[in-house]
Amino acid sequence: MADLRELYQEVILDHHRRPRNCRRPDDANRHADGFNPLCGDKVSVFVRLEDGVVRDIAFQGSGCAISTASASMMTETLKGKSEAEAARIFERFQDLVTGKAADSDPSELGKLAVFAGVRDYPMRVKCATLAWHTLRAALSGSRETVATE
Amino acid sequence: MKTADMTAGSQTRPAIDTEAIRRDFPALNQRVYGKPLVYLDNAATTQKPQVVMDALIGFYTRDCANIHRGVHLLSERATRAYEAARAKVRRFIHAADEKEIVFVRGATEAINLVAQSFARPRIGAGDEILISAMEHHSNIVPWQILCEQTGARLSVIPMNQRGELLMDAYEGLLGPRTRLVAVAHVSNALGTLNPVRRIVELAHRREVPVLLDGAQAVPHARVDVTELDCDFYAFSGHKMYGPTGVGILHGKMAHFEAMPPYQGGGDMISSVTFEKTTYNRIPYKFEAGTPNIAGGIALGAAIDYLEGIGMDRIATHERDLLQYATGVLAKLPKVRLIGTAAEKAAVLSFVVEGVHAHDVGTILDQEGIAIRTGHHCAQPVMDFFHVPATARASLAFYNTREEIDALAAGLRKVSEVFS
Repeated sequence: MADLRELYQEVILDHHRRPRNCRRPDDANRHADGFNPLCGDKVSVFVRLEDGVVRDIAFQGSGCAISTASASMMTETLKGKSEAEAARIFERFQDLVTGKAADSDPSELGKLAVFAGVRDYPMRVKCATLAWHTLRAALSGSRETVATE
Repeated sequence: MKTADMTAGSQTRPAIDTEAIRRDFPALNQRVYGKPLVYLDNAATTQKPQVVMDALIGFYTRDCANIHRGVHLLSERATRAYEAARAKVRRFIHAADEKEIVFVRGATEAINLVAQSFARPRIGAGDEILISAMEHHSNIVPWQILCEQTGARLSVIPMNQRGELLMDAYEGLLGPRTRLVAVAHVSNALGTLNPVRRIVELAHRREVPVLLDGAQAVPHARVDVTELDCDFYAFSGHKMYGPTGVGILHGKMAHFEAMPPYQGGGDMISSVTFEKTTYNRIPYKFEAGTPNIAGGIALGAAIDYLEGIGMDRIATHERDLLQYATGVLAKLPKVRLIGTAAEKAAVLSFVVEGVHAHDVGTILDQEGIAIRTGHHCAQPVMDFFHVPATARASLAFYNTREEIDALAAGLRKVSEVFS
């Protein structure tokens, strides 16, 4: 049986209570909205992209602890990263939460490794990845709202 | 045609013995994550008693044949069983005639049928359809589609903070352009039991027909469509302990006679040539194609089962349970009920302060407690109460006080995790 503490790790609860980079930057030049119609989670992701590098990244929205913490930690992780690096980290993150990644190599994900517990809760994978899908849409310049369904 | 009212006199019978009842529902007797299953998601779908599953298997094992067409014995048996189920439905909801009972896929299809076959031909640009602020999406979207097709408008009866319809506002909204009123008998998201008798009466004074969405009412209390005098009554089999994929549209005969078919196909015709087709008589006119025969028969078995227990006893048990659960949740400081109408069915929608409903649902699930979280297909209701989502415990007659206590313990665990 999955242990709840594996899912609701202290770091995740902390980012849920005090989300980082939860704001709307005036100078963002990339933006997208994401929506999970299943649970009503909403997130907007704002990026200032300069020369292919994420100079600033922030989000706003309402959602469960998993989706809020994921958005918060995503912004912390990706600031200063290149577009290609961000895409690669998203891929790794997705592998992690869907259980495709090997347990032994969480190094590249750094703090994001705390989301490993999500793999035992398939219904929650969409919560963990909503902000990431929305970021991808923002970087690709898509105007459509990203929906998880 | 008329049969005795099976529920009459049942109030004097003893209270429900849940321990015995629960043995009829195999799915209830299982453990999830090593804990006994506490199933509190009955407004989404109910569990099925063994007799319903026996009816499904019995049909496919012995009587499997198409209905209304074969001369052979199996077809005759299947037809008889299917029509017997129709008769049971008529008796169960106290309809005047079996011709008023149309088998559909569920309440959703029933409402779409009324929108397209009844309302569409008699509605035009500037006309109004009146629904309420607490409708399920299935009683909103079919009308929006109709409005797009015809240029009609949707008006909404408002509600108060307890989740009760404002009847004065309703009277004011009933205008010369109102062509139909469509309202939930019981709200799935809030549990509110609406004053539908009065709603019908006020509409009829202006000769406006009324559709009632009874999906959340039929499983929990005695429903008498003749007494309600509604024009249409829609409900689903799977929310009343029957199988999925079958439901009922009840409609007044005069309406059914006047309405064009909903879909074309086999079984809904009496003769077809390439020049002209004559439609079958009601209710078959609305039942194109091979229906969910096994589902219909099993729905009949569910009705037999419910009548055996007695709808009045079911209502009494659930009322008691609702009262108990409301008291238990009120003692939890961080839990706030959404939907506190004076007249309620056993639905408890709530939010936990500082915790999203989805997290509540996951933690309760780990305790073996199944509830619904989200917008309950009623996004306008969530918007009204300014919440993104709620957690919802919806009770059935097989639920017990011990299960409510388990819910409370689970909610204390939620507070612990998020402390």
